Amino acid sequence: MFERFLNWRMNYVVVLAVIVFAIPLVMENPFYYDMATQIAIIAATVVGLNLLVGYAGQISLGHAGFYGIGAYFSAIATTTYGWPPLLAMIVAAAVVGLVAYIVGRPILKLKGHYLSMATLAVGFIIAIIINNEGQMTGGPDGMPVAPFSLFGWELSSFGLYSFFGMAVPGHVAWYLVMAVILLIAVILAQNIIDSPLGRALRSIHGSEIAARTVGVDTARYKSLVFVISAIYASVMGSIFAHFSGFITPAIASFDYSIVLITMVVLGGMASPMGVILGAVALKLLPQFLAGFQEYETAVFGFILMATMIFMPKGFYPTAVNFVRGKLRKSGGEA
Amino acid sequence: MIDVKGLDKVFGGVHAIEGLEFSVDQGQVYSVIGPNGAGKTTLFNLITGFYTPTRGEITLNGESVVGMDPNRLAERGMCRTFQQMQICMNMTALENVMLGRHLKIRSGLLSSMFRLPALYREERACRERSKELMEFVGCGNYINTDASAMSYGALKRLEIARALAADPKILLLDEPAAGLNATETAELEELIRKVADEGVTVMLVEHDMKLVMGISDRLLVINYGRKLAEGTPEEIRNNPDVIAAYLGG
Repeated sequence: MFERFLNWRMNYVVVLAVIVFAIPLVMENPFYYDMATQIAIIAATVVGLNLLVGYAGQISLGHAGFYGIGAYFSAIATTTYGWPPLLAMIVAAAVVGLVAYIVGRPILKLKGHYLSMATLAVGFIIAIIINNEGQMTGGPDGMPVAPFSLFGWELSSFGLYSFFGMAVPGHVAWYLVMAVILLIAVILAQNIIDSPLGRALRSIHGSEIAARTVGVDTARYKSLVFVISAIYASVMGSIFAHFSGFITPAIASFDYSIVLITMVVLGGMASPMGVILGAVALKLLPQFLAGFQEYETAVFGFILMATMIFMPKGFYPTAVNFVRGKLRKSGGEA
Repeated sequence: MIDVKGLDKVFGGVHAIEGLEFSVDQGQVYSVIGPNGAGKTTLFNLITGFYTPTRGEITLNGESVVGMDPNRLAERGMCRTFQQMQICMNMTALENVMLGRHLKIRSGLLSSMFRLPALYREERACRERSKELMEFVGCGNYINTDASAMSYGALKRLEIARALAADPKILLLDEPAAGLNATETAELEELIRKVADEGVTVMLVEHDMKLVMGISDRLLVINYGRKLAEGTPEEIRNNPDVIAAYLGG
């Protein structure tokens, strides 16, 4: 029974579900909920990015751009033009998917650093457009966003809801909704990874030559996964816009793209649980380092460097291998 | 099945392949031999679409395949292995073979994301077939092993299993016996025979003369990118040009 659970491909999703739903039992402070919801949004974004980086082995340095398009499309469509938020989110995802396909098709034929440079440029262009189209986006000052609503039911951090007779404050409701969305995002990603499609993606990372000889149209698969990961970013951008109620161009910036990539690499490429931990660590670390004041950036950099030197596979896979090794050892002696 | 006419490949100033002509018939075991640097692997890379010829014509079943991508050639039933093995070390042995059946799988993105029953059935059939092939090539006890944990000889056979998983009509093996010991080479010979008996055309680049002479229907000898001789193993063995090229004369 336990053995079967250990070998089940979705076992970590159960663990993740237990953790995210246990948090409300021990946490009360609205500030923590705000943090937890933001982490869940970012975690779902990097789960999508991981499909591209961790599994297909393609580096994108412009993903914040797609996140930004999702956020700003939703913000403008709902706040300025009064669209229903869900419709805006879906149209935004379709637009981002199209943009990713159009730019991805030619640039994914590039290899290594050229691909990174091309995605970098795409991210920059998106950030520049958001910064300069002031009358639509509010420019560098940002813009307010209407709260999320569905069929007249509004989800706001400041509202009060009842769920099966229990009073649930808005910030907890947002957290729970986002927790469910994160779990769905993880399950869909894991399904892709475990499918023939996922196998083709991993083979591109493992040996592109092998992939091509067995008939994998590598250019097509690369652009497909680029589009999927861009859509993940777009949807999460839309959700973030409604959640935070105010967005600035910082979310579409190059810095933010780097943060996303760092989360993937630090937590563990090709490991959904790993990249989620990467998101948690990178969001929380600055909070803990606040005590170091002016040394904060230096300590942060040191931690990143140490992780990459001593745990090049990322900390989650390293930890799992360590525990497995211990178990095997004790099993062997018994 | 394969017809090559007036094939030239120039790298910078070097003529790697010069005016090569030959044809391979369906169901043959056709070997290409020659000293190191003669252009054997270049020839394979030209046929399988990794290189584009400078001049000349390559046809597969009457259709010109010059400039066609390897994945398009795979759709036409051509598959190959490599001298420098190309194995996905980030996957298990079985997954590597299952990858070989890529073109047989119809399920798309939606059935993958939501794991629809059609995908499940297809995957199960693919897994069964891949396990059979691993048994067939003699990797049966590595099914759940990570590819990165397998020995060199086992990986060589695994690469053949992956190529066979695509149900190829023509299989190109680039130095399959390199680095194998005598027992392993004998097993490989047996394996190639079994594959050929199933009606698959096999093209072989190999240095092991005993192996080549034993299983080939026809041989092509090249030296400095040019055809030196072509014929049955018996004819090649007695050809004075070949003896000169190999033994120095």
